[in-house]
Amino acid sequence: MSLEQYKGVYVFAQQVDNEISGIAFELLGKAKELAAPLNTDVTAVLLGSGVKDLADQLAEYGADKVIVVDDPELKDYRTEPYAHALASVINEYKPDIMLVGATAIGRDLGPTVSARVATGLTAACTVLEIGDFPLVAIPGKEDEQKHNQLLMTRPAFGGNTIATIACPNTRPQMATVRPGVMQKIEPIKGAKANVIEFNPGFTPNNRYVTIKEVVKAVSDTVDIMDAKILVSGGRGVGSPENFAMLEELAAVLGGTVSCSRAVVDSCWKPRDLQVGQTGKTVRPNVYFAIGISGAIQHVAGMEESDIIVAINKDEDAPIFDVADYGIVGDLNKIVPQLTADIKAAMANK
Amino acid sequence: MKIIVCIKQVPDTKGGVKFNPDGTLDRAAMLAIMNPDDKAGLEAALRLKDQYGAEVTVITMGLPKATDVLREALAMGADKAVLVTDRVLGGADTWATSTTLAGAIRNLEYDLIITGRQAIDGDTAQVGPQIAEHLQLPVISYAQDIKIDGDKVVVQRQYDDRYHVLESQMPCLVTALAELNEPRYMTPGGIFDACKAEITTWGRADLKDVEDCNLGLAGSPTKIAKASDKVRKGAGVKVTPDSPEEAAAYIVEKLQEKHVI
Repeated sequence: MSLEQYKGVYVFAQQVDNEISGIAFELLGKAKELAAPLNTDVTAVLLGSGVKDLADQLAEYGADKVIVVDDPELKDYRTEPYAHALASVINEYKPDIMLVGATAIGRDLGPTVSARVATGLTAACTVLEIGDFPLVAIPGKEDEQKHNQLLMTRPAFGGNTIATIACPNTRPQMATVRPGVMQKIEPIKGAKANVIEFNPGFTPNNRYVTIKEVVKAVSDTVDIMDAKILVSGGRGVGSPENFAMLEELAAVLGGTVSCSRAVVDSCWKPRDLQVGQTGKTVRPNVYFAIGISGAIQHVAGMEESDIIVAINKDEDAPIFDVADYGIVGDLNKIVPQLTADIKAAMANK
Repeated sequence: MKIIVCIKQVPDTKGGVKFNPDGTLDRAAMLAIMNPDDKAGLEAALRLKDQYGAEVTVITMGLPKATDVLREALAMGADKAVLVTDRVLGGADTWATSTTLAGAIRNLEYDLIITGRQAIDGDTAQVGPQIAEHLQLPVISYAQDIKIDGDKVVVQRQYDDRYHVLESQMPCLVTALAELNEPRYMTPGGIFDACKAEITTWGRADLKDVEDCNLGLAGSPTKIAKASDKVRKGAGVKVTPDSPEEAAAYIVEKLQEKHVI
């Protein structure tokens, strides 16, 4: 089959407990942008058990078509039935592009499926665009340059290098995409998609694992990826009790507290508040880095923030290399003062 | 029980990344280490060996100097080491790398394969699941705890807001998180033995059931269109105020300038 016969931009619409994950809407937003120059449409692939009702939400966020594989085997995520479902959808419908969120699910599903359908996969992309490969035609070989290719850009090396990757000779072109990077569209209320039900059949084999237990972390915290203002603390905050200062600052600004990996490793804060390479990528309007030294793995998760304010007593801390406003000083004294001053400034408005 | 652990030699980013004056990465100035997730995977294998008895084989694909991490693994307690190295394997993406490692692993007996979740240079997390796919094995990624129960492996599989306790028939492939454990140090006796230990070296001809068109740069479906060291965003303003009051006033002023408050 020729590569031109593969058509459409497809998105894996991740759901957990029959609730669509934010990444699915982000991917749909990006898929719509990619579909325009290709003159094609956007298809969401929804896998789960009792999930058909969720298709309308995907339509509101930009899906023209929704392929639903609804089967009891797909109730909770397990690699094999999910990989079988997604690979079967790819083999049946032959998408040109297949996007998957770079989540704890997608980074297991994506590689398994790409190997099964024998195509390339680019991990944890932050930029996706349509363009030519090679970027510049080789002189004398202009006709070998391929057009309308998916160009996938990703950081590597803890964010220190950046590469743009293409998948010119196999289809679909597959990418996992970092959550929090792509923009979802403003939902179109009442939008409807063409819903297609598909079931490839599931026969459990040695590759089906058994879920013995599901242990959910007890957490009532807001998703730090949605916060406009983040007050983030590191090891320098000193103790879990001292985080109260950060909570107060966040409260006056209507923001949320997040933290560095060191804080999670010390069990001061739960993992879902962690910013960085092994945590979440955030880009709030304002990011306060308080007592955070700024290891490269942390910076990779927050450097796209609009404004970065760093407070640290070590004037050589690498966080000052990315901060818009760096303040060398004692956070224990500065933070409460800052909270009081902001309160006063807002009262005077 | 036979356990295979896949490890990779990577440049160290933790001990401080070094930059050239133009803001690009100074690779030569950085140390080569065993990838942290892989080391946790090795430690997990060694603990299973301590607890249940097992033969642990470490395998790596890389340049000949990657024997350094194999010897480190032997010094920690691994029993055998295999280096897969060949000029035709260079420039491999994750598809070609996983094809290569699967081709090498087909020569070995195993009940359990452990890989690290991801390497700190490529950050892809793809090679483990892709090896499992090539070998038609069940895969459990993101393991935060690994136990053996008869002919089954029981793993705590981490997600963002939960973990699942999964049970799989062996043989099985598990990818390990660095937070799984605190890897042991090499012992002096181990280092002594590891220096003398024989390392099995395999090339292209030793890979089983693998086609040339799936190896190395040419066999990689993904191609690099452009690569560059990222030039860091420039630092902004750094001030050292005389008092907390001055510091707070400075921040408030900036937040007002930017219409945050």
